[in-house]
Amino acid sequence: MKIKRTLEGSTLTLALEGRLDTTTAPDLEQAIKADLDNADALVIDFAGLDYISSAGLRVLLSAHKAMARKGGMKVVHANEMVMEVFEVTGFSDILSVE
Amino acid sequence: MKELTLEAKVENIPTLTAFVDEWLEGLDCPIRAQMQIDVAVDEIFSNIAQYAYGPEGGSATILLEFDEAERTAMITFVDGGVAYDPLSKADPDVTLSAEERDVGGLGIFLVKKTMDAMAYRRENDQNMLTIHKRI
Repeated sequence: MKIKRTLEGSTLTLALEGRLDTTTAPDLEQAIKADLDNADALVIDFAGLDYISSAGLRVLLSAHKAMARKGGMKVVHANEMVMEVFEVTGFSDILSVE
Repeated sequence: MKELTLEAKVENIPTLTAFVDEWLEGLDCPIRAQMQIDVAVDEIFSNIAQYAYGPEGGSATILLEFDEAERTAMITFVDGGVAYDPLSKADPDVTLSAEERDVGGLGIFLVKKTMDAMAYRRENDQNMLTIHKRI
């Protein structure tokens, strides 16, 4: 998985490409942690993401909780498969998905 | 039938996924079903890697079978670790808020939702978990 990082003002955008699974979820966790202090808001761009497994959901949930105390987190451009995973697991009610 | 035996470590998930993908591509599996199967492989193999064995580790064997008449892919995960039936666990409550959420059990739940069938059996001191997906 590739992660492209953009910091604009206090909004951090992480654009993911590939697969967010057991092997790659720690990379996203690391990328979020690295910039948490510099960012008030977090945007995770899933345009290039093929799929997500529960390991990815775990990272999204802890990031969501961390950002809830600041400017929030949103997930954008999720494909149909990822949206289905969000719906089945109830994450579509928890996360802000656009 | 194809099979692959490898050490039950999360580092081996990419190798296993490549093995399964190559087989599915040979069967003209639609990309959507392939990705759902890839997620299932990730969930099940990572469970085995994290919980089946103690610190000394162990191996797991993956068997691939295809039912031509039913166009159904069947993948069986075999490990010699502690007896564990993932299907015996209650489904997680997916209506809880972020604060109340514990993501344990979500992986197997996702597999149940996306596969057509799942079966567990304990044979010769081994766990055998099979998933079925019509492709």
